[in-house]
Amino acid sequence: MFFVALKMLTGDRAKFFGIIFGITFASMLITQQASIFVGIMTRTFGFLTDTNQPDLWVMDPKVQFVDDIKPMQDTMLLRVRGVEGVRWAMPLYKGLIQARMENGTFQTCNVVGLDDATLIGGPGEMVEGSLEDLRLADSVIVDQVGAATRLAKPAPGAPRDAEGNIPKDWPRIPLTVGDTLELNDRRAVVVGICKVSRTFQSQPVVYTTYSRATRYAPQQRKLLSFILVKAEQGVDPSILSDRITHQTGLAAYLTKDFIVKTYMYFIKYTGIPINFGISVMLGFLVGTAIAGQTFYNFTLDNLKQFGALKAMGASNGRLLAMILLQALVVGVLGYGIGVGVGSSFAILSKNSELAFRLVWQTLVVTGVAVTFICILASLLSIQKVIRLEPAIVFKG
Amino acid sequence: MSTAAPSAQPASSQAASGKGLAAYCRGVTKHYGSGSNQVLALRGIDLEIPAGKLTMLVGPSGCGKTTLISVIAGILDRDAGECSVFGRDFSAMGQRERTRYRGENIGFVFQQFNLLPTLNAAENVAVPLMILGEGRAAAVAKGKEYLAQVGLGDRWKSLPSQLSGGQQQRVAIARALVHSPRLIVCDEPTSALDHETGGRVMALLKDVALKNDRALVIVTHDARIFSYADQIAKMDDGRVDQVITGSGITAEARGH
Ligand SMILES: Nc1ncnc2c1ncn2[C@@H]1O[C@H](COP(=O)(O)OP(=O)(O)OP(=O)(O)O)[C@@H](O)[C@H]1O
Ligand SMILES: [Mg+2]
Repeated sequence: MFFVALKMLTGDRAKFFGIIFGITFASMLITQQASIFVGIMTRTFGFLTDTNQPDLWVMDPKVQFVDDIKPMQDTMLLRVRGVEGVRWAMPLYKGLIQARMENGTFQTCNVVGLDDATLIGGPGEMVEGSLEDLRLADSVIVDQVGAATRLAKPAPGAPRDAEGNIPKDWPRIPLTVGDTLELNDRRAVVVGICKVSRTFQSQPVVYTTYSRATRYAPQQRKLLSFILVKAEQGVDPSILSDRITHQTGLAAYLTKDFIVKTYMYFIKYTGIPINFGISVMLGFLVGTAIAGQTFYNFTLDNLKQFGALKAMGASNGRLLAMILLQALVVGVLGYGIGVGVGSSFAILSKNSELAFRLVWQTLVVTGVAVTFICILASLLSIQKVIRLEPAIVFKG
Repeated sequence: MSTAAPSAQPASSQAASGKGLAAYCRGVTKHYGSGSNQVLALRGIDLEIPAGKLTMLVGPSGCGKTTLISVIAGILDRDAGECSVFGRDFSAMGQRERTRYRGENIGFVFQQFNLLPTLNAAENVAVPLMILGEGRAAAVAKGKEYLAQVGLGDRWKSLPSQLSGGQQQRVAIARALVHSPRLIVCDEPTSALDHETGGRVMALLKDVALKNDRALVIVTHDARIFSYADQIAKMDDGRVDQVITGSGITAEARGH
């Protein structure tokens, strides 16, 4: 009877492709919307995943998310280092600093200062130069996108006015190794280009050492943004976190908890995830509705045929198995193609502004949703056959 | 009207012995809906369906013909009364057994043919065998044999849409016969066909289907095919008013 089920499904090519198309579209819509949502949410904590060595992030207890800097006194670093079970604790500066560009305009940069000796907390991926070059005098590392856009320098041969400024519309080329910047009137030499995850903060990211960053930063009593902590071998980081909080009064979060805290802040206090969540829900509803409707109509079209089969002695179990097979075939095909098309967005959007992040969970959810909806839709439409009303069998 | 038999006959000797009787109903009632929407479709049906004979159920629209054959064929539960098919009562069986019994013993021919549009003629004929668990190749081979019996041996590859109405109904008849059921029920098998084609389909049914002591029950409006009947049960408003046999049938057919 599976032969009959497959023939019913594929016999009418136009109808068959119509169903596949409907489910393909649904799967694509769901994957695409969900991936953009995940992409957007990832941007809230991009800085945390770029900085992946520490077990714990230690900070002022009033900090609510990763960009919410409440500086601490430098002495806190020593107190945290004194907590039992801490293998190392490194300072991290994170703050917004004005950079003056060659054409005279200013650009706010997100400056990250790393521990001078170990450079822990540096960017995950270097495009040009090496992290070690930060040990050179006045050196900074700039992120690739920032270097190519906001920090881009005028193309050679630019005319200058009386004050030495270059016209705003003069073409610009990416900042490269060897170029210089002025951070708060201090010279900075680009020694490397790195890749960073995109965040909601669209400013260019500039890495340098902690001591240099604090020199670039406006004069303040407190400058220490975070303390990055590694636990000693065999010490449970979550127990260590409690111990740090208890002994220093600072907050200490596991990286994954700080990620949750960060995106929960965005969910709670900004409309972005909610608004986007609604459009994801809509995509999901529209997608499942299309998939369900398509398959519901298919089964409904075949109701008389199923009715005749049942009259001729096909049991309910047999009919259900046939329909499940049909749902599975269109589900797998439509899902496969849909997700394929959806994933090509991921490849196309890799180096673009699009926040598109396809995670395996999205694929699983889409697959389950589409198959489930097809089965549900067919069960709804097959009810009449299960009850077997003579009208279905005998009426014209 | 002179040969009209009394309507509510007591159980005949045939019924008592179970010999030569395919099915019988006694006092069968059936309603649809509830409350003020309730329709009494069958109001106490008494009927005997002899084996090896062609029984026609006739009567005005809405009198309960389709309801009655649905009860006899075991696709609808009756409210009350007795009904048995080859000595077995559908309402005494479980769901699975009933479906199985129906698949093995009853063949169906529908007004709208109800062929699967994406299966070719031979595959359509083979469906009841596949339902009973026969392998595809063997079932289709047997399907071709039966197609030959209804004169469509050379059209086994055709899809229903490539066949005329009469040819489709012949495929449906082959399908109703392929698993050698003992009772065949047909609801208006000729009403979608022109007179001549309808006549040929009836001749075929009588010729092929009635073999081997099979019983045939045909619901029809079509007086022009009355002459093919061995017994005509006239229904009105949920009851069998008259059962006409023998020379009465010729009179009935001429009367229209
Ligand atoms: N599913 C149903 N729900 C409610 N009423 C029904 C249903 N099926 C049939 N009926 C009613 O039961 C009565 C008998 O219907 P049935 O279909 O058996 O008549 P019929 O003799 O076959 O008519 P026709 O010659 O028009 O096919 C009619 O009054 C009909 O309206
Ligand atoms: Mg009817």
